[in-house]
Amino acid sequence: MDYIVILDKTILIVAIFIVSLAVAAYATFGERKVAAWLQDRVGPNRAGPFGLLQPVADGVKMFMKEEIIPNAANKKLFIIAPAIFMVTALMSSAIIPWGKPFEIGDRQFHLLVADLNIGMLFVFAMVALGSYGIMIGGWASNSKFSLMGALRSSSQMISYELPLGMSIVALILFAGTLNLTEIVEMQKYGNWNVFYQPLGFIIFLVCVFAECGRAPFDMPESESELVGGFHTEYSSMKLGLFLFAEYIHMFISSAILATLFFGGYHFPGIDSLDLAPNIAALVSIVVLFSKIFFFIFLFMWVRWTLPRFRFDQVMNLGWNVLIPLSLLNILATAAYVTFF
Amino acid sequence: MKSLTDRKKSVSKRELTFAEKAYLPAVLKGMSITLKHLFKKEATVRYPEETRERAEVYRGMHVLKRDEEGRENCTACGLCAVACPAEAITIDAAERQPGEEHLYREEKYASKYEINMLRCIYCGLCEEACPKDAVYLTDRIVPTEYSRGKFIYGKDILVEGVKPEERIDISQRKKDYKMDVKD
Repeated sequence: MDYIVILDKTILIVAIFIVSLAVAAYATFGERKVAAWLQDRVGPNRAGPFGLLQPVADGVKMFMKEEIIPNAANKKLFIIAPAIFMVTALMSSAIIPWGKPFEIGDRQFHLLVADLNIGMLFVFAMVALGSYGIMIGGWASNSKFSLMGALRSSSQMISYELPLGMSIVALILFAGTLNLTEIVEMQKYGNWNVFYQPLGFIIFLVCVFAECGRAPFDMPESESELVGGFHTEYSSMKLGLFLFAEYIHMFISSAILATLFFGGYHFPGIDSLDLAPNIAALVSIVVLFSKIFFFIFLFMWVRWTLPRFRFDQVMNLGWNVLIPLSLLNILATAAYVTFF
Repeated sequence: MKSLTDRKKSVSKRELTFAEKAYLPAVLKGMSITLKHLFKKEATVRYPEETRERAEVYRGMHVLKRDEEGRENCTACGLCAVACPAEAITIDAAERQPGEEHLYREEKYASKYEINMLRCIYCGLCEEACPKDAVYLTDRIVPTEYSRGKFIYGKDILVEGVKPEERIDISQRKKDYKMDVKD
C-alpha cells in the first residue's frame, strides 16, 4: 500500500472526526434553537453573536463540573461506558460516502474511509454495539434508575433492530448490493430509493428514531420518570460524552438516511451542469450535508412535537406493527424483483 | 341544565380506528401545527435591552418630589403612612432650621422617609393621600437585591435630584383619568 493512500485516509478520518464533532456540537445548539422557535421563544442568544458560542460555553461548563463516581459503582465499566458509546457512534461514519471523488493530478481521492462491500452489515454491527455503551453505563452505575433506563434501552434497541434490518433487506433486494457507494450511484438520476421503498423508508425512519433514543422513543432517558435513565449517576464530561454521542448518532443516522433513501450526494440534474470534477465534488458534499441537516431538523421537529410513548406502546409498535409490516415489505419487494 | 360554556365535550371509550392506530396521520397533523409556530413571531421580550410596554398609569417605584426651586415637598404630615394598607412607610419628622430654607419648602420636613419595597403593594394610596404633591409612583421598576434589608428605601433613593436632568417625570400620573362607570 503506498503512502499517499495512508495520508489520504488519515486526513479524511481526521476531517470526518472533526466535522462529526462540530456538527454534533452545533446540533445541541440547533436543538435548543429549534425547540425555542417551535415554542414561540428566542432560544440561547447570549453567548457570542446570536448565541453561536453556546456549545463552547456548554463544553466549558461540562468540564468544570465536579466529577462524581458513586461508591457502589463498578469503576472500570463506569468509566469505559461513555467511551464505548462515543466510539461506536463515530464508527459508522467510516463507510458513508461523503461526496464525489476529488481529482488531483491523475489520482482520484474517494471521500469515504472504507469502501466495504458489506457496508450495510457494518452499520448494523455498529448500531448494535451502540447499545452496549448504554447497557454497561446503566449497569455499572449500580442505581435503580440507571438500571431501569438501561433495561428499557436494551429491550427497545433489540426490538427495533429487527424491523430496521428487515426494512434494509427489502432495500438490498431492490438494489442488489450492500455497498453504500453503489447504492448512492444507483440513485443518480433522481430515482431515489424512497420512491420505490416508501414503506421501507417509513419503517426505517421510525426505527432510526428508536435506535437513537430520540423522542418519541426516548425510553432510555425518560427524564420525567427515571431522572436521567442510564446516565442518572453520570456527571461532568462523562455525562457530556453521553449527551454528545446522542447527537453524533443523530448526525450519522441522518447521513445513512440520506445515503440509502435520498440519493446521498446526488441531486437530480447534477450531471447536466457539467461541472469540473473537483467543483462537482464540493457541490456533492454540500448537497449531502443539506440533506443531513434536513434530517437533523426532522429529528428535532419530531422531538418537540410528540410526547413520549408509553413503554408497552413502544414494544407493541415494534413487535406487532413494524415487524409484520417490514416482513410484508420484504415479500412485496421480493415478488417485484422476481417477476418484473 | 344549560352549560356555562360551549367547550364541553362528551367522551366515549371506543376502540381506536385504523387511522388513529397507525399514529402517522396524527403525527403529521401535530408536526404541521408545530411547523406553523416555527414562523410565528416569538413572544419574548429581551428584558435588559427592551422592556415590556407599560400602561401610562403604571404604578412602580416611588419618588419624593421637589418643587421648581429644588426644595423637598414633603412636610412629614404622615398621611401617606396612615393611608398605606401595607404599613410600608415610616416617617420621622423634624423642624426646619434657619438656613435650610433652600432644602425644604415648609417649616416641617421628613428627616427619615423609608418605604419597605417588600411590604409595598403598589396600590398608590400614599400618592392619593398626599396633600403636598410630594410622593408619586413612577414607571420605574424596583431592581432585585441580594438581601431583604436593601429593599428598605430611604430618602437617598426616593428623593429626586435637584438638577433638571435628574428630575423624575410624573406628568402622566397627574393627568385626571376618569373612570367609565356605567349607571
